[in-house]
Amino acid sequence: MHELSVALGIVKIAENETKKAKAKSVEVIELEIGLLAGIEMSSLDYVWPSAVKDTVLEHAEKKITFIQGKAKCIDCDTVFNIKHLYDNCPTCQGNFKGILQGKELRVKALEVV
Amino acid sequence: MCGTCGCSDGENKVTIKNPKEIISHKHDHHHHDNGHSHNHDHHHDNGHSHNHAHSHNHHHERTVSVEQDILQHNDLMAARNKGYFEAKHIFALNLVSSPGSGKTSILERTLKDLKGELDFYVIEGDQQTMNDADRIAALNIPVMQINTGKGCHLESDMVYDAVKKLDIKDHAVLMIENVGNLVCPSMFNLGESKRVVIISTTEGVDKPIKYPDMFHTSDICIINKIDLLPYLNIDLSKLKEYALKVNPSLQFFEVSATTGEGMKAWYTWLKTNRKK
Ligand SMILES: Nc1nc2c(ncn2[C@@H]2O[C@H](COP(=O)(O)OP(=O)(O)O)[C@@H](O)[C@H]2O)c(=O)[nH]1
Ligand SMILES: [Mg+2]
Ligand SMILES: [Zn+2]
Repeated sequence: MHELSVALGIVKIAENETKKAKAKSVEVIELEIGLLAGIEMSSLDYVWPSAVKDTVLEHAEKKITFIQGKAKCIDCDTVFNIKHLYDNCPTCQGNFKGILQGKELRVKALEVV
Repeated sequence: MCGTCGCSDGENKVTIKNPKEIISHKHDHHHHDNGHSHNHDHHHDNGHSHNHAHSHNHHHERTVSVEQDILQHNDLMAARNKGYFEAKHIFALNLVSSPGSGKTSILERTLKDLKGELDFYVIEGDQQTMNDADRIAALNIPVMQINTGKGCHLESDMVYDAVKKLDIKDHAVLMIENVGNLVCPSMFNLGESKRVVIISTTEGVDKPIKYPDMFHTSDICIINKIDLLPYLNIDLSKLKEYALKVNPSLQFFEVSATTGEGMKAWYTWLKTNRKK
C-alpha cells in the first residue's frame, strides 16, 4: 500500500513548510493528484488519519484537484484524454503515446496558522 | 521520503543485512533535508503593527505556496544512485513482479551461468527474512538483504545505503530484486539503468492491463515458467498484446528458470545493454 508512503511524504513536506513559515499548524492543504498517478483515493483516505496524527496536518482539511489524463499520439500528434495507460489514439488507433498530464502528485499550497 | 519503514516502531524498521555479517541499519531519512523547496511566505502581518503588549496570538491564516512533488525525496535519491552507477559503469537492473513469479530463481540461474563472465552484485528486497539473500550468498555473490518490514516496495534511499555497503566494482552488474508486488514499486524509481518486469505463465493474460503502471514503466518483460505451458490453458500472444497496449516498446523474453530454456536470449540482452 504505497498510499501510506505518499501520505507520509505529504506530512514531511507540510512539516518542513510549516516550520519555515514559523506557523503552528495547517488549516487547509491543497493537493494535485493526476488520475494516472496510481493513487487509490479510498486507500489514501484510509491511511490519512494515522499518517497525520500528532503532526501539523492533524486537523487540516485536504482540498484535492484531480488532473485528467492527457496524451499525445506519437504517430499522428492527436492530443486526447486517457483514462487508462493502455488507451490508444482515437484517430489512428496507435499505441505509442507520450503522457502529457495525469501523473501529478504534488503539494500545491498550505493555509497555515 | 520513506513512508512505510515505521521508524518509530522498532518492529518495522528497515534493516539492511549481509548474510555474513548482520548489520542493523538505522534508517535516518528524517535527516535527509533536501533544501530544495521554494518557500514564498506571505506575511500578512507586515503592514500593520500591534501595539498591544499582551498578545500576538491572532489567528492569521496565511497561504504558503509549496509546489513540491510528493515523491521528490525518492526522485532526488534515485538521481544520486543513477549518477553513481553511471560514473562507475555499473549496469543496475530493478526486477519487479508479483510474489512468486520467479525473480530469485531467474537470478540464481543467471548468476550461476554468467558469473565467470561478469561481476555480479545483488540487493534483495523482502518484507521479512534473509531467505533470498541466503540463496544468492550460496553462489558466492556479494549480496545485501533489505527487509522493509511493512513496506511494500524498495525506496531509493534504502538502495543507496545498501549500495554503499556493497562497495561495487566498476563495470559490474547490480541486480536489485524488489519486494514482490506489482503495484507499489512502480512509483519508486531506484536510479536503475533498466527495469525488468517478470510475469509467470500461471498468472493470467490480462495482468498487464490490470496492473498497467508496472508494465508502462518497464523496459523488458520476462515471461517465466514456460516449462508449465503444456499444463496450462494460456495464450501468450494475448498476454503480449495486452502488455504492448500499455507499453508498445516492451521487449519480451520467454524463459524457464527451472529448465533453463530461453535463458540465452536474456543473457544476450544483458551483455549487450550493459555496454550501452
Ligand atoms: N515450474 C517452474 N517453477 C518455477 C520457475 N521459476 C520459479 N519457479 C518456482 O516458483 C516459486 C517462486 O519462485 P521464486 O524465485 O522464489 O519467486 P520470487 O518470489 O519472484 O522471487 C518457487 O517454488 C520456484 O521453484 C520455473 O521456471 N518453472
Ligand atoms: Mg524472491
Ligand atoms: Zn494517432
